[in-house]
Amino acid sequence: MTPAGRYAKARFLIPVSGLLAFFIATEMLQFIVQIWYNRPAMLTPQQIQAKLERVLPTVQKPGRYTGGELNQVVKDWDTVKTRIALVFPDIYDLGMSNLGLAILYDLLNQRDDVLAERAYAPWTDMEAVMRRDDIPLYSLETKHPLADFDVIGISLPYETIYTSTLNVLDLSGIPLFSAERGPGHPLVIAGGHSTFNPEPMHAFIDAFVIGEGEGAIQEIVDTFQTFKRGAGSGERGALLRELSMIWGVYVPSLYEAKYHEDGTFASIEKLVDDAPLPIDKRIEPKLPPPTTRFIVPYVDTVHNRAPIEIMRGCTRGCRFCHAGMVTRPVRERSVDEVIQAIEETIRHTGFEEIGLLSLSSSDYTHAVELVEAVQEKYRDEHLSISLPSLRIESVSVDLMDALKGGRKGGFTLAPEAATERMRQIINKPVSTELLLETAREIYSRGWTTIKLYFMIGHPSETIEDVQAIADLCKAVLKEGRKVIGGRAKVNAGVSTFVPKPHTPFQWVACDSIEQIKAKQALLKEALRGRGLKLNWNDPRETQLEAWLSRGDRRLAEVVYQAWRNGAKFDAWGEHFNYKTWLEAFEVVGLDPEFYTHRQRPLDEIFPWEHLSTTVRKKFLTQDYLWSLEGRIRIDCREQCFACGILPTFADIRSEHPGEGWKCPEAG
Amino acid sequence: MRLRIIFSKTDAMRYTSHLDLQRTWERTLRRARLPLAYSQGFNPHPKINLGAALPLGFTSQGEIIEVWLEEQVPLGEIEASLTPVLPPGLNVHDIRESEIRSPKIQTLIQSTQYSAKLLEPIPDLEARVGDLLSQSSLVRERRGKEYDLRPLILALSNEGERHLHMHLSALPGATGRPDEVLLALGIDPHDAHIQRSKIILKDE
Repeated sequence: MTPAGRYAKARFLIPVSGLLAFFIATEMLQFIVQIWYNRPAMLTPQQIQAKLERVLPTVQKPGRYTGGELNQVVKDWDTVKTRIALVFPDIYDLGMSNLGLAILYDLLNQRDDVLAERAYAPWTDMEAVMRRDDIPLYSLETKHPLADFDVIGISLPYETIYTSTLNVLDLSGIPLFSAERGPGHPLVIAGGHSTFNPEPMHAFIDAFVIGEGEGAIQEIVDTFQTFKRGAGSGERGALLRELSMIWGVYVPSLYEAKYHEDGTFASIEKLVDDAPLPIDKRIEPKLPPPTTRFIVPYVDTVHNRAPIEIMRGCTRGCRFCHAGMVTRPVRERSVDEVIQAIEETIRHTGFEEIGLLSLSSSDYTHAVELVEAVQEKYRDEHLSISLPSLRIESVSVDLMDALKGGRKGGFTLAPEAATERMRQIINKPVSTELLLETAREIYSRGWTTIKLYFMIGHPSETIEDVQAIADLCKAVLKEGRKVIGGRAKVNAGVSTFVPKPHTPFQWVACDSIEQIKAKQALLKEALRGRGLKLNWNDPRETQLEAWLSRGDRRLAEVVYQAWRNGAKFDAWGEHFNYKTWLEAFEVVGLDPEFYTHRQRPLDEIFPWEHLSTTVRKKFLTQDYLWSLEGRIRIDCREQCFACGILPTFADIRSEHPGEGWKCPEAG
Repeated sequence: MRLRIIFSKTDAMRYTSHLDLQRTWERTLRRARLPLAYSQGFNPHPKINLGAALPLGFTSQGEIIEVWLEEQVPLGEIEASLTPVLPPGLNVHDIRESEIRSPKIQTLIQSTQYSAKLLEPIPDLEARVGDLLSQSSLVRERRGKEYDLRPLILALSNEGERHLHMHLSALPGATGRPDEVLLALGIDPHDAHIQRSKIILKDE
């Protein structure tokens, strides 16, 4: 342990007067802590830096591992109270595009008593070098080992990132299992969309944030600080109980899961009386001011642009859509706020592209007004503005046209299903006629490529519904040919539907690998020829997502076994190893098909039910039954269907009346 | 208006590739809100031209970039708007206006000077340098092609046991690489920190 490290660990301890006494005491305590928890001595930032000097020239894309980019925040390690490492457990190239972490980084670093630094998973070549040379995972800003931080905040946006999360903890020298961590270890918390069902990760994470993180992270830090100053500060369990009192925070170790003999979930039991049940998700009553001081990477990243969120939530109610169900209610930012954010972002970052993000841009109340204002202001600035997720209608073409963006990337439409029957089942009603009309408009305004997104494997899908995907792509291409001849192209992206928890389809079985393969074979055969391109997903990767999405606590052992046998970077096709996962299921004694290919009865209790999105199960059940009848549920801005949001948040709603919140005004 | 900017590339910036450095400059100029000129066409690109590519991991005290602006801006004003928005690892040493019709800098480059700082001292460094310089030809192989390194070395000297200075030819088809010189001296380039000190142009 280094002096800095010793100090870092010692700052929670009883005040000691006199420098000598201080060092003796901390030295002894550190020694005890080390013996107790069998932790290897961590390197100092200087030692890590020296090792990096030698190894960075030998790895691919060393710019991933240096930090030091424009707008990173470096604070004095010894003068803040709380040090937080924000971790995206995949590589830098992906993690730098994660808006959630960028927001938390900005918010936390605005506090004088806190520092937040970043860490990402090293790519395999760098990991090999780090393990060879005993370099622990370190923060990019100051090169401190992650184990020296007070809090590790991990983003879990999707399920295929779980094994990499374990790998990151392992590279940090932090015990993987929450139960094995002691007072000398950081608090490990996680948030992100997949934590609406965090159970497969319950054994590894001390506390989850369910829902939006902006307010929750501040309260977590406050509680952490109060606790560390108070009595009993060494006791981790007491801190966790304290954290569980915060709205949106779920501490899995305070509960126990029970199962029926047939393996289905029975109930969740509190282990302490005051643990909340259910745990309501956290929301921001009003969207906080957007982050504009983004870190500008020196090396190329996946979405190398500045994201500005214009709206959160969606009122469309597509039944397959996890995001649409869990991010309710819809809240919008004003046009002025967005324009001001664009202005600040350009000044702070110089990004040439800005992405205006939401789940459904066309539904942003002031979409036309916003686009006109952007156009007026930035006409001569060579600024490219992207507006993803547009509805299939001619207004969308007008919007894209007004943004004068490049025509290179093509125009994206997401009908999701190709027959009107199927689109009624999934509640994404759009007529084929309107789709073709929109396509015609797109080609005639200068785009040569239309990207069409579909899913196969929707509930009750037949082979005819799949054939219709191919037919529809060809019909769109035909429209293009009429307008621009042989230059017209259609790229079909066909992913496979995975039933998600907290959605109206949480009861349904998903397609078997054989079914998926047959459907993909049909599409591959039919979508050949000039101007047509097809992208699809490996059905085995889809299975992994499906197991984990609706998984229970028993899957934690499967995740652990898979990681032990080498699983990591499961989201990267070339790294995903299906066999490793099947073996892990076998070792643990669980049947993977139980999680994927089983139609759940309507009265089954789900292992994620104690985590409440506040959209009620009664509503989801009704919506599922409606889907079986092919019954459409219209946009709930027009009519409230009492999903559960308004009754739960009635107080918050009445405190924030007016424009921002798009649920109809209560009574 | 055409500008020639001499800048240094240090710290973490040394792991930024040629293409990424180009983007970094574009963003820097956008932050400075200078009236950057763009190419015509459907996907306009900013008119900037980075002199000579620098291998990943090398630092430099004398890189060159050319920038075209839509209109005339006083040099002092350019410097004042650029300096506060430079990212860590980039520093501007000199800004001057250049003749709008003069040839691209790539065609003007004559030679480059480098220094190498060795991570570990080499006691017989002086002898190795003397030995290398006494050879009339140094046939080496790079990417499957044989070439003679010796005539590309215009000057080479050591300073103690840890520092080397070299001046290498940088003409089209006759460019000496400092890492090749290190290898010829029996030094692994990963055991050295290489810095470009200057790019020498024909018009200077």
